[in-house]
Amino acid sequence: MLWIAGFLVVAGIFFFAVGVLGVLRFPDFYTRLHAAGKCDSLAAVLVIFGIALYNLVDFSPLNLLVSLKILAIAAFVFVASPTATHAVTEAALIIGVEPWTKKDNPQ
Amino acid sequence: MKRLQEQARGRDIGDNLIIRTAVRLLVPFIQLFGLYVIVHGHYSPGGGFQGGVILGASFILLALAYDLRTSLRFMSERTNAILGNAGVLIFTGIAVLCALLGGLFLDYSALDRLISLGPIEWRSLGIFLVEVGVGTAVMSIMVSLFWDLGSGGEMDEGL
Repeated sequence: MLWIAGFLVVAGIFFFAVGVLGVLRFPDFYTRLHAAGKCDSLAAVLVIFGIALYNLVDFSPLNLLVSLKILAIAAFVFVASPTATHAVTEAALIIGVEPWTKKDNPQ
Repeated sequence: MKRLQEQARGRDIGDNLIIRTAVRLLVPFIQLFGLYVIVHGHYSPGGGFQGGVILGASFILLALAYDLRTSLRFMSERTNAILGNAGVLIFTGIAVLCALLGGLFLDYSALDRLISLGPIEWRSLGIFLVEVGVGTAVMSIMVSLFWDLGSGGEMDEGL
């Protein structure tokens, strides 16, 4: 149990790191938001699952209740984070933020 | 991408099925969580102010995803004003009641003379009652601030 929880948290931190790398290195707004939105949703859910499992290492009904509450946070993040990313992208598209193309920026 | 941009030009910001469905799904749970934070204020992180802010944020989310009229349909301006005043009245009313019953201002153990539960139980219950008042007042003021700032005080159109 402890090892699975540790693996999940480390995997979540890995995805957070990949997301940060994407935000820093990608060329324009849409691709950066792509990296941030996808990686952050997955990483946050992985870390929350890991914490919920770690809480169950010494098992008791009270700890089970706390773990269920933590899983409710995971469900909330899984609905809210992609929706927020979608809202920001939609607003940028309507305002008219130009996407990066290879044609405009020759190497 | 060009075609997508052409399609997007005619739309309003916020007029979007995905956002509206997600908000409709989330708002009841956000309000339930706000009540949970208010009720658990004694012995876990949270309290009246935080719970009230969460409750107010749920109405603001509704007004952002739909429009101001929709949020006014769920809680009218009159109800909002009554709730805000009732919250302040609960807070100060309990505090003054404690003083009138022989204790200090906000000294809940004095309420033991009204209904005999024991001073320690009354301290716990008194904090709960005061936090219900604080939560109601904070929720009402948050929503009212958003309505006024979002529509310039007109309350008809807005974000």
